Amino acid sequence: MSVRTVQPGLSFEYIMWVFTRISGMSLILLSTVGIISAFALGARTQVDLPTLMRWTFFPNPNHVINSNIPDVTLGWANAFWQVMQILIVFFGVTHAFNGLRVVIEDFVGQSIAKPFIRGLIFLLWIFVLLIAIYVVLFS
Amino acid sequence: MGLNRRVGFFAGLRYRGGGPMWAWMLHRVTGIAMILFVGTHIYASFFMQQTGSDFATTINIVYESWIFQVFVAFIVIFHGLNGMRIGILDLWPRFQVFQREALWLQWFIFIPVYGLTVAILIQHGLTGGF
Repeated sequence: MSVRTVQPGLSFEYIMWVFTRISGMSLILLSTVGIISAFALGARTQVDLPTLMRWTFFPNPNHVINSNIPDVTLGWANAFWQVMQILIVFFGVTHAFNGLRVVIEDFVGQSIAKPFIRGLIFLLWIFVLLIAIYVVLFS
Repeated sequence: MGLNRRVGFFAGLRYRGGGPMWAWMLHRVTGIAMILFVGTHIYASFFMQQTGSDFATTINIVYESWIFQVFVAFIVIFHGLNGMRIGILDLWPRFQVFQREALWLQWFIFIPVYGLTVAILIQHGLTGGF
């Protein structure tokens, strides 16, 4: 059996393959940190499930209807949790749009439309990222 | 490459890949579904916050209803666990020979986690909470 040497060069696909793994693991880690912090900050006795989910993923003053904690300045609205939210948003949105790109390119294959699809997905990615970061920082 | 990828949808469904194939397919479907409803939720929340739009508020009320959250929980928990299995097997490729066992383990973790979430959701839904 001959030994096969593999040299993965730093192609775009290879970098995005690695990024998908890293961002997926980071999202699981970030939500674990969020859920444990929510329990530590009083979710165990004081809030219901939607509020817990909200504090876990996106502790932001006014983006949902169901949960009714009026005062988010208590423990959540500070720079640390804003950085955590921006990390969740960045990893989540980038992971999602890269996945969308992979699925679409699996169906389209090599065609003349490929660069246009990539450009469209790139614009959508930037747009959603900016909207979400705006909601995190200025609300 | 010389690979023939012109395989139709139903011809693809007849391929007997077993559990890992269905996990792969569910992973893609749940991923696309998440882009759809989380993306809609992001836009709706943005407009709800900025303009107080009634339509955006309606979208978020539907999104946060416990009936919709039962589906959301399935999609998110499955995608997360399946992605974790893929990531772990890619980090330690010599465990790839046990990928079917890993899939069973994944379902054994999935069932109690999802079952507990649905139980809480239904309990809150039936008692008038959210």
